[in-house]
Amino acid sequence: MALELEFKITGGDFSNAGKASSQIKKVLKQLNIDAKSIKRIVVAVYEAEVNVAAHAWEGEVKATVGENDIQIVVSDRGPGIENIERAMQPGFSTASKEVREMGFGAGMGLSNIQKNTDELNIESHAGEGTIVTFRCFYS
Amino acid sequence: MKVSEIIDYTEARLVSGDLKTNRDIGNAFSSDLMSDVLTLDDENILLITGLANLQLVRTAEMADIHVVLLARGKQASPDMIELANENGLIILETPFSIYKVSGILYEKGLKAVY
Repeated sequence: MALELEFKITGGDFSNAGKASSQIKKVLKQLNIDAKSIKRIVVAVYEAEVNVAAHAWEGEVKATVGENDIQIVVSDRGPGIENIERAMQPGFSTASKEVREMGFGAGMGLSNIQKNTDELNIESHAGEGTIVTFRCFYS
Repeated sequence: MKVSEIIDYTEARLVSGDLKTNRDIGNAFSSDLMSDVLTLDDENILLITGLANLQLVRTAEMADIHVVLLARGKQASPDMIELANENGLIILETPFSIYKVSGILYEKGLKAVY
């Protein structure tokens, strides 16, 4: 039976970015998922949460925890990504100075999500928002 | 290297967590950039940083890092300490610079992640 979890994210609210990944980590631990898989999953979710806090106005994380895999949908209302291919390149960033001072915004987020997931899809519309969907199989 | 040895060598102060397990740390990584910390595959490492904010504590949680050494006299805020205690994260504070603590710990045998 799949377990559904939902979390809200507010743009600019960095103190709460990480709540979804933290909660997901606790649930996966309770389910006795192996530590390596948990790390891959929560790093990807955390990167996505930070992206929403850094770039969008508001967003949400939906996690569907299955028996063999987890599917995550992070959707936001925000400026969207102009060129997804470019945004995927390590080092490319449009993050503000404030975000960089917080230890992020180095242009590593999306490529790190890709590295840690088995399936990744990014859909974005300028001026409307972005939907990042990914899936990880437990090892 | 035991956490208690790290405290001795860097004249550090323990501000969250405890030494009940006195973990043995394998490697260390020095960075103020959490984006880079999140790309590491290694576990059980010491993170040396000058970045003192909540994102540091969250990053450590997601990256399975159990010990963080705040350098340059940076201090953990009350909300950092609260979250760290919830997650069992050890935060240490040292007056030394990142360069100095990295040098001391490397010399004492704590190897680099890469």
